[in-house]
Amino acid sequence: MAEAATTLLTTSDGRPLKAALATAQARAKRRAFLLVLPLLLFVLLTFLIPIGYMLKRSLEHDGFSGSAPSLSAWFKQQPGFDPANPPEEAYAALVSDLALMQKDKTTGMAGTRINYTVPGTISLFKAGARAAKDLQPPYKEALLALDPEWGMPRLWRAMEAASSPYTTEFYQVATDRKLGDTGWARGADQDRIYLYLFFKTFLVSGAITVICLLLAFPVAHLLAVLPMSKSSLLMILVLLPFWTSLLVRTTAWIALLQEQGIVNDLLVWAGILSDDNRLQAMYNMTGTIVAMTHVLLPFMILPLYSVMRVIPPSYARASRSLGATSWTTFRRIYVPQTLPGIAAGSLLVFILAVGYYITPALVGGADGQLISNLISFHMTKSNWSLAAALAAMLLAAILVLYWLYDRLIGIDRLKLG
Amino acid sequence: MAQNGPGDAYVEFQHVQKSYDGVSLVVKDLNLSIGKGEFLTMLGPSGSGKTTCLMMLAGFETATNGEILLDKRPINQVPPHKRGIGMVFQNYALFPHMTVGENLSFPLEVRGMGKDEREAKVKRALDMVQMGNFINRRPAQLSGGQQQRIALARALVFDPALVLMDEPLGALDKQLREHMQFEIKHLHESLGITVVYVTHDQGEALTMSDRVAVFNDGRIQQLAPPADLYERPENSFVAQFIGENNKLPGTIEELNGDKALVRLATGELIDATAVNVKEKGQKTLVSIRPERVEFKPSMMPEGAHTLDAEVIEVIYMGDILRAVLRVAGSDDFVMKMRNTLGQTKLSAGEKIKVGWHPLDARALDPM
Repeated sequence: MAEAATTLLTTSDGRPLKAALATAQARAKRRAFLLVLPLLLFVLLTFLIPIGYMLKRSLEHDGFSGSAPSLSAWFKQQPGFDPANPPEEAYAALVSDLALMQKDKTTGMAGTRINYTVPGTISLFKAGARAAKDLQPPYKEALLALDPEWGMPRLWRAMEAASSPYTTEFYQVATDRKLGDTGWARGADQDRIYLYLFFKTFLVSGAITVICLLLAFPVAHLLAVLPMSKSSLLMILVLLPFWTSLLVRTTAWIALLQEQGIVNDLLVWAGILSDDNRLQAMYNMTGTIVAMTHVLLPFMILPLYSVMRVIPPSYARASRSLGATSWTTFRRIYVPQTLPGIAAGSLLVFILAVGYYITPALVGGADGQLISNLISFHMTKSNWSLAAALAAMLLAAILVLYWLYDRLIGIDRLKLG
Repeated sequence: MAQNGPGDAYVEFQHVQKSYDGVSLVVKDLNLSIGKGEFLTMLGPSGSGKTTCLMMLAGFETATNGEILLDKRPINQVPPHKRGIGMVFQNYALFPHMTVGENLSFPLEVRGMGKDEREAKVKRALDMVQMGNFINRRPAQLSGGQQQRIALARALVFDPALVLMDEPLGALDKQLREHMQFEIKHLHESLGITVVYVTHDQGEALTMSDRVAVFNDGRIQQLAPPADLYERPENSFVAQFIGENNKLPGTIEELNGDKALVRLATGELIDATAVNVKEKGQKTLVSIRPERVEFKPSMMPEGAHTLDAEVIEVIYMGDILRAVLRVAGSDDFVMKMRNTLGQTKLSAGEKIKVGWHPLDARALDPM
């Protein structure tokens, strides 16, 4: 035995045991790999590549650098130039680029890119490009005569930053920073929308998670303790929303809660509300919270149910027999054992709520919008890079939460069903 | 039995009935008193009502009718947590999210006991089951036998006078089960507690109990100390449920006090002790334990009736030899012989005569 442990083991025909084992398992491993390959490709194509592309888009935009080669080259040679007073060569490069843009019809692209950081410059570029081929040196005076805005230091800062396709500008904008004449700085309070909306999104998602938990706990418990025939009937009611179109469900909430809706009509009819004092429960934050809670409730019920179903009733009995009241039993014996379900359901509902789009868009009105509505807004406005930067921040925030969850509760304790 | 008197009954079931569906009775008119310090086992097949009785005593089921008294006070309206009864569950029911120490501390905490006192009691209870080193383990880290000990310690840690055990050893392997039987018995004796124990394992019931209540069909069929139960079963159900038994159907030919002469279906006559037969001509089932059957003429009592038998097979079982015989028309008559040095070796096909002491043949109801 001692000898076998020190010398290398071989098979009966003299091959090393490790090599023999590897050969014997290679075929099985290859087969297993081929089996998961389609799924792997699917995940890669539909998930990893788009996310990678999105992250790239948030850091890259070649709208200006691609259409202004001379100015980009000049910026590269003059790293320490003074944006408050650019020299004649810079203006010359700019004018030649403007002429090129006019020829290649890329003015819009370049202007839009600068417009992201210095709003209102798109028309400046269009006018400049139209006039460029008629301008005579000295170009500095000529351009400034055309429009004094060409001398704005922040415009030159913006053009310098945009002369490289890679930039962190979109993250600066997404964190409510503004490009001023002296560089990036914290924006004015009334313009700070993104971080506030992030904060609001997380707060509302947290509130929805808590409401879902409070509503789902008794339902899941009932599902778990009822006899099979009754619990499957109840289960259908829980799952019914899954089988109905999201749009239909949301519209149903509109029918119920709007100012002339069923709930208000009933309350007025019952004399609880006066006709000119109807509840404003739709097209605002209340509407968003009510409708989203309804949509996300099954995602809380199902993991809770799957955990509660396997908690044997003998634990509660043991606790009672040891002298604990029903309340103590619930608090100290039952709830701790449902924790994996609470954690799974909360994580699921919270993450879904943070990225929810359709319901706030339909019933949120002006103040019920969440961060994903803003991302969508920028996508429709073709500011893909800013949308990507916001989405990347959302992703990062969720990954941080996931990491926290793993540290505090442990991801292996997650029970989804 | 002294502790059987109504004066010092600690637990008393008075005409208790239980129905789950309002149509049939699971427990039919149960009357039982359990003395202080007694070890009483409820034994019976599944569905016989024994667990229901235990659950009613613990307070998890309510009696449909009748009264349960604990220490002479009716407890039907007392919730389970106020009864102060320790309980050991079939699958231990140790709280998985608490350590062993926390599990044991729990009943003391809910009683508002101070920290020092709790720690002392937990330590004492753990030492009692030799698990002192496991205080910081989680139940999932313990073997079945260790979990069983912890469950036992938890049921005892708050010093209950009455402890209920619901098939506590069912999940253990045979050897461990026998060891734990001994330990539970030992704890019962040293602590002086009253134990009500539910099991379907007759061996367990016989080794551990002061008295055994055999349940069937919602009724107690016999309530007796283990030896009486085995040697003097009062009806056919008990005779067959406890241990192995030979049954010979027949009719009472003569009845003289408790001496009966029975004519078997095949015409032979045998002596038997009348137990619950009342008159001549009545149908009966005579029960004889396999180890009380004799085949050597020298061992049989004077004048005992013998029967012709043919050996069908002999099974070697180590400590005993088990012979299956054809007797009075039945092919499953069993005789057990001790595997001693000079034991006669029977072989299949051999013709022998078998007999027994009339006291060992019990004429019972025909079921």
